[in-house]
Amino acid sequence: MTERTAGATPRRTSLMQLDARTKSRNAAEARFKAYGLGAITIALLALAMLMFSIFSTGSSAFRQTYATFEMMLPAETLDPKGNRDPAEMAKVTTIGYQNVLRGGLIEAVRSAGIVPDGVADSDITGILSPEAAADLRNRVLANPELVGTVVDIDALAHGRIDGYFKGRVTMQSAERDGNITPQRLQLAQAMTDNGLMAIRFNWGFVTKPDASDQRPEAAGLGVAILGSLYMMLVVLVLAVPIGVAASIYLEEFAPKNRWVDVIEVNISNLAAVPSIVFGILGLAIFINFAHLPQSAPIVGGLVLTLMTVPTIIISTRAALKAVPPSIRDAALGIGASRMQSVFHHVLPLAMPGILTGTILGLAQALGETAPLLLIGMVAFVRDYPDAPPAGLFDPASALPVQIYNWTQRADPAFVERASGAIIVLLAFLLVMNAIAIILRRRFERRW
Amino acid sequence: MNDMRIVERLVSTNEIKIAARDVNVHYGSSHALKGVDVDILNGHVTAFIGPSGCGKSTFLRCLNRMNDTIPSAKVTGSILLDDEDIYDPKVDPVRLRAKVGMVFQKPNPFPKSIYDNVAYGPKIHGLTRSRAELDEVVETSLKKAALWNEVKDRLHAPGTGLSGGQQQRLCIARAVATSPEVLLMDEPCSALDPIATAQVEELIDELRTQFAVVIVTHSMQQAARVSQKTAFFHMGNLVEFGETGQIFTNPHDPRTESYISGKIG
Ligand SMILES: Nc1ncnc2c1ncn2[C@@H]1O[C@H](COP(=O)(O)OP(=O)(O)O)[C@@H](O)[C@H]1O
Ligand SMILES: [Mg+2]
Repeated sequence: MTERTAGATPRRTSLMQLDARTKSRNAAEARFKAYGLGAITIALLALAMLMFSIFSTGSSAFRQTYATFEMMLPAETLDPKGNRDPAEMAKVTTIGYQNVLRGGLIEAVRSAGIVPDGVADSDITGILSPEAAADLRNRVLANPELVGTVVDIDALAHGRIDGYFKGRVTMQSAERDGNITPQRLQLAQAMTDNGLMAIRFNWGFVTKPDASDQRPEAAGLGVAILGSLYMMLVVLVLAVPIGVAASIYLEEFAPKNRWVDVIEVNISNLAAVPSIVFGILGLAIFINFAHLPQSAPIVGGLVLTLMTVPTIIISTRAALKAVPPSIRDAALGIGASRMQSVFHHVLPLAMPGILTGTILGLAQALGETAPLLLIGMVAFVRDYPDAPPAGLFDPASALPVQIYNWTQRADPAFVERASGAIIVLLAFLLVMNAIAIILRRRFERRW
Repeated sequence: MNDMRIVERLVSTNEIKIAARDVNVHYGSSHALKGVDVDILNGHVTAFIGPSGCGKSTFLRCLNRMNDTIPSAKVTGSILLDDEDIYDPKVDPVRLRAKVGMVFQKPNPFPKSIYDNVAYGPKIHGLTRSRAELDEVVETSLKKAALWNEVKDRLHAPGTGLSGGQQQRLCIARAVATSPEVLLMDEPCSALDPIATAQVEELIDELRTQFAVVIVTHSMQQAARVSQKTAFFHMGNLVEFGETGQIFTNPHDPRTESYISGKIG
C-alpha cells in the first residue's frame, strides 16, 4: 500500500465525465480528421474542375460538321482520256476537284430549294473545308470506277461553320472574320434545316493525320497515336527486360559491396533526373552520334527507355524485397539453385508489384513531352509511318507533343482539338492503369 | 518392449554420418561459433540445446551450407559428410542440400498446392521419370510426415491454407521427398501448439530409422523426449556433447548443469 501511494495518487473519477486531457486529445483527433477531409475535398474538387474543363471543351472534338449530298462525278473533267488509269487521272489537281465539288454543291443547294443570299456561286465552296476537295480526289484515285457515277459526298464543313454549330463562331464574329461571312453561316444553317449538313461523330479525329493551321476541322491524331504506340512498343521491348533483369541481378545475385551500393544510389539519381535532360542526351547520342533519323519513334522510344528503366528497376526491386526471405530459404533448403529459387518462387510472388511498376512507368513515358521536343518529334507529319519494325524509323508525332503543338496554334478550333487529344491521352492512361489493376488482381492470388 | 527396440537400433547403426572438426563461424567481426567438434550418427536424433543466441542455428546452417547465403558469414574448420569435405571447392552446395535437407523454425510452405510443395524437390532433382512415380513419391512423403490422411482429398488445395502444425509437417514432407540422408530441423515446433508438437515429435522418431536427424530446440523436455545424443552450446562454445540420458541426469560441466536446472538461459 505504501508503495502505491508513493506514485500518482489514485483518484476516483466518473466514467461519465471527460477530464481535460481526454477532451484535448479528442479535439486534436477531430482537428486531424478535419484537415484530412479538407485535403481530400480540395484534391477531388481540383480533379473535378480539371475533368470538367477538359471534357467541356474537348468532347466536341469528337463531333464534326459534314455536308452530305449526292452528285455525279463528271468523267470529262476527272478522266479526260477516259481510260480510268489512276496515273493519268492524278494529273487533275485538287483545284479541279474543287470545281467539280462546287458544281455538285450548287446543284444540291438549288434542288433543295435554298436560295443562297449573298453567297456567289463562285465562292459557295467557302462553306466546305479546303480538305474536302483533297479527300474527294484521294477517294476517286483509290477507286477510279467512281468516275461517271453518282456518289454520296461527305464533305468536311469549314472550321468556322463547324465552330458556328458548336457555338464558337457567331454572326457578329463572322462579320469581322476574313475566313467566313454571316451569309455563308446562313447558308449553312439553311442546309442543316434541309438535311444537307449535319454534325456527327468524327472518327477522323482519331484516325486522320494532323492538318495545317488553315484547316483545323481536318486535323486528327492518327499519326500521333501511331507514334506513341510505336514508342511504347520500343519501351516495352527494351525497358522491361533490361529493367527486370537488372533488378533481379542486383537484388538476388549481386554481392553486397560498395560498388553495388554506388550503382544503387545512381539508379535512384537517374530516376530523379529531369526528363528534358534525357532529351538532350538522346539528341547527342542517338541523333548526332548514331545518326538515327529525327522525329522517329525509335529515337523517342530509346529516350523514353532511358527514362523508364530506373523507374522499373526501383519498383521491381521493391517488389522483390517484399517477398519473404523464408521462401528463398525453403527453395534453397531442398537443393534448388539460386536461379531456380528466383524463377520458380520469388518472381511469381513479385509479379504483381513488377507489373504495376512497369505499367506505371510506361504510363509516365506515354505522357512525357519535353524530351520528345528535343529530338524533333514536334515536326509536322502528315504521312503515316509504316508497320514496325521499318516504321519505327519513319517520322511520326506523339500524343503529348501533338497536344502541345495544337495549343500553340492561333485558330481557336485547335483549342478544342487539344482538349480532345487530352481526352484521348487520358483514356490511354486509364486503360493502362486498369490493365495494371487487373493484372495485379490476377497474379495476387497469394493463397 | 519399445525401449528394447530403440537400444537395438542404436547398436546396429553406429556409423558417423557427419564429422565436424574445429568449426568456427564469424559474422563480420563477431565470432559466433568457436571451435566446435560434433559427430552426427546415422539412425540417431541429435539435439542441439542452449540459450538463445548461443550459435545452435549457426552451426546447423553450416551442415548444409545455408550460411553461404549470408554474405557476412565466414566458416572455417572441416565438416565431413561420409568422409567428404562439404566445404571443398569442388562441392556444389545445391547437390549437398539435396542430401542434407532442412526444416525451418517457421513453417514456410511455397504458396502453391500441397502436391506441388512436395513434388518440387523430386522435380528439380529429376528423381522421378513419370507422373505416376511422382504421385507415389508425394504420397509416401506425405505418409512419412503423417499428413497423408489429413490432406489426401485436397492435394491441390494451397499449402498455405493448412494449420500451422500441418504446414510444418508439409515442410517435413517436402524435405523428405528429395530422399535426403540427413534431416536438419531448426526449432521445428516453436510455432506449434502442444498437440501438433507431439505429432511432429512422434514423426521425428519415425524418421530416425531412415535419416540422421539433427534438431535444434530450446525445450529441454523435447530434447530429452526425442533425442539420443545431445549437444549443449553456450556463447558459441560446444560445452558438452554426449548421450542424452547422461547429459540430463549426470552433466559433467557446471554450465550444463545450471542450464538444465534453469539457472541460465
Ligand atoms: N545473419 C547474421 N548476421 C550476423 N550475426 C548473426 C546472424 N545470424 C546470427 N548471428 C549472431 O550469431 C549468434 C548466434 O546466433 P544463432 O546461431 O541464430 O543462435 P541460436 O540459434 O542459438 O539462437 C548470435 O549472437 C547472433 O546475433
Ligand atoms: Mg536459432
